[in-house]
Amino acid sequence: MALSGLEIYKLLPGGIKPPHPKANCKECGFPTCLAFAMKLAAKQAELSACKYVSDEAKAKLSAAAAPPIRLITLSADGRKIEVGNETVLFRHEKTFYHPAALMVRVPDTLSAGEIATLARTVADYKVDYVGMALRLDGLAVESVAGEPTRFAEAVAAVRAAVTLPLVLVSEDPQVMAAGLAQTAGVKPLICAATAGNWEAMAKLAKEARAPLAVRADSLAGLAELTEKLTAAGVEDLVLDPAGAARGFAGSLQMLTQLRRLALKKGFRPLGYPIITFPYLAAAEPDMEMLLAGQQVAKYAGFVVLGHFDPADVYPLLVLRANLFTDPQKPIQVEPGVYPINKPGPDAPVMVTTNFSITYFAVANEVESSGLPGWLLVADAEGMSVLTAWAAGKFDAEKIAKTVKGTGIAEKVNHRKVVIPGHVAVLMGELEEELPGWQIKVGPREAVDLPRYLKTAW
Amino acid sequence: MPVIEVPVEKWSGTVRSVTLGATAAEGGTRSHVVVVGGERTLPFLAFEAKPANRPCIAVEVRATNPAEEWAAPLVNAWGAALGDLVAWVKAAEAAGTDVIALQLTTTDNAGQRMNAAKARAAVRTVLNSTGLPVIVLGTGQAELDNEMQVAVAEEGAGERLVLGPCEEKNYRTIVAAAMANGHLVTAKTPMDVNLSKQLTVLIHDMGMPLERIITDPTTGALGYGMEYGYSVMERLRLAALQGDNMTQQPMIVTPGEEAWRAKEARAGEGVPAAWGDWARRAVNWETMTAAALIESGADIVVMRHPEAVARVKKMIAELMAA
Repeated sequence: MALSGLEIYKLLPGGIKPPHPKANCKECGFPTCLAFAMKLAAKQAELSACKYVSDEAKAKLSAAAAPPIRLITLSADGRKIEVGNETVLFRHEKTFYHPAALMVRVPDTLSAGEIATLARTVADYKVDYVGMALRLDGLAVESVAGEPTRFAEAVAAVRAAVTLPLVLVSEDPQVMAAGLAQTAGVKPLICAATAGNWEAMAKLAKEARAPLAVRADSLAGLAELTEKLTAAGVEDLVLDPAGAARGFAGSLQMLTQLRRLALKKGFRPLGYPIITFPYLAAAEPDMEMLLAGQQVAKYAGFVVLGHFDPADVYPLLVLRANLFTDPQKPIQVEPGVYPINKPGPDAPVMVTTNFSITYFAVANEVESSGLPGWLLVADAEGMSVLTAWAAGKFDAEKIAKTVKGTGIAEKVNHRKVVIPGHVAVLMGELEEELPGWQIKVGPREAVDLPRYLKTAW
Repeated sequence: MPVIEVPVEKWSGTVRSVTLGATAAEGGTRSHVVVVGGERTLPFLAFEAKPANRPCIAVEVRATNPAEEWAAPLVNAWGAALGDLVAWVKAAEAAGTDVIALQLTTTDNAGQRMNAAKARAAVRTVLNSTGLPVIVLGTGQAELDNEMQVAVAEEGAGERLVLGPCEEKNYRTIVAAAMANGHLVTAKTPMDVNLSKQLTVLIHDMGMPLERIITDPTTGALGYGMEYGYSVMERLRLAALQGDNMTQQPMIVTPGEEAWRAKEARAGEGVPAAWGDWARRAVNWETMTAAALIESGADIVVMRHPEAVARVKKMIAELMAA
């Protein structure tokens, strides 16, 4: 947990009792140790600027500077995923930084051919959402058979097919060792160390220089394991809350407790990202996706899905994209004229706001209708039509300014403009602001635009 | 062994308990009442406070057949019931709804404008067909809503209906009608904590008790701005627990309506293969939207698809089981 300026001061040459002979020596570039401490607290200075600080104080200060939830990286052939390093409980407090990694389970009971197909399907899955390519992050190869050779073959089959980051799932160190032997070029997550196997797993994690998940069904059980493992020199850890923490209620409660302990109490032994396996608690795929959604929101770092179905994965990826969007920065598009489907001088003119989701909803509809059109995007400070209208950022004046400012009148041979149905009330005012233009009220929802353009334009 | 203190927050505030419906003993004809609100902690954190009332599901029904307007997966799920209000209410009961949400429309089945008499008949039909509490939601067109909701309020006098939406630009008529006939209202504002508080104050200033106001903070569908509503709801609930009196109303949101407006729910053709099977994706869209909103503090979710209702109901049961 971050220290205050005064707390830091008490560790510096001028703040310790009795003061160090070099107290307030100014060699760091600041007039006093207290001033230096304030700069350190504000992260505007480096501790290395002080030559006289004790080793003990250095250790305390660097521990305090470490993030409350450790950043964990998994990589494979240049692709990597990072989770952890979160700083808030609620996205409105700042933002969530590292989207929960979504992995798909590959049981080693499948044939090599089935494994390759599943792995490629997951690796190739890509869906466009407001201009972002949403993808799944990796695969979790699980030893179901409990048999080293079989597991090694499954990992090899995955590696031969794709270059995705991996989680290896087995509690048997021998099985794990066999799987790890097939992971050249990969930094996988080893899952999992338990009270029974942690020493052997620690050895494997150190040899492979890979992060290690610890599995236990209580806060105390998890903390006990992470303390043993950090003492044994394994620092990249992930928490796997098991037992009652697998289900809806248990997961919400334990993951909330873990996040609070890490952020609000600065409790080091539990300051690690969390991995969840929603399929273990929700056998039906429908409920599994709901539990996965809950865990993406609160507060998993890795979520291992038990099945792959695009109709399930797409909403989950969109949920993740929504929740991990920085709430202080709505995604915006540049205001201006957007020609769609090569519009000519007689093509319809439509106006909307520059909130990316609004823009994409409208643009996608017109585009997929095959009809040409000119889309005017007003600068509504990145708000949707209704929100911008309510906030006074999308009024008759703003729309008129957009129509005039974009010079659309020179591109078309008509004087008609379609406004969103949600702001139909602006019609009268807009007629005054835009003399000579006919104001047409379009549908309220973008999805109804193609029909409107075909019938009412 | 490390000693771990479970991090429990000491909240000073409580969400108000609001009762929907009235039984014969209370001057109505409902077979039972539904109480929402009463939370003393964030959703489902049983380690912090005893669970309060379970969030409730309100299935949307209409007197006007929406088959032409609604997407195929939704139309197929209800079948002929869409054209028969009594059958639809019974089917909604069978789907496990806690409350019936009668959504008023601008036109009737013949394409004629709706009016007070038709709205009165619709709410009468619903009240006669079910013993569940009833919510009646207007169209968002102020003049028509005022006309219809005054008639609805009179027709359902004493039933403790929920009438809405009351919006900043149009709340007086509906609030007055609700007060005169013993009903509740929803206070709808566009995704903003302060606007929400302000409307609650305005409605309360007219004399409506706070125990009869439900907040509608407005939501978007998954992928269409849901995260804004999600965060506003989290902030409203945190404010309520921190003791801010005018944010302590239970919350109602309409994930059914929002989700089924999304292209992902409506479009079966001409969409990317990566979107997957239409019907499955569409139901997921509503389910995921509703689930996220419940976990951010919704007390009542107005929903549309029976399968989505079943899943969300199951999720709520699991979350309440702790």
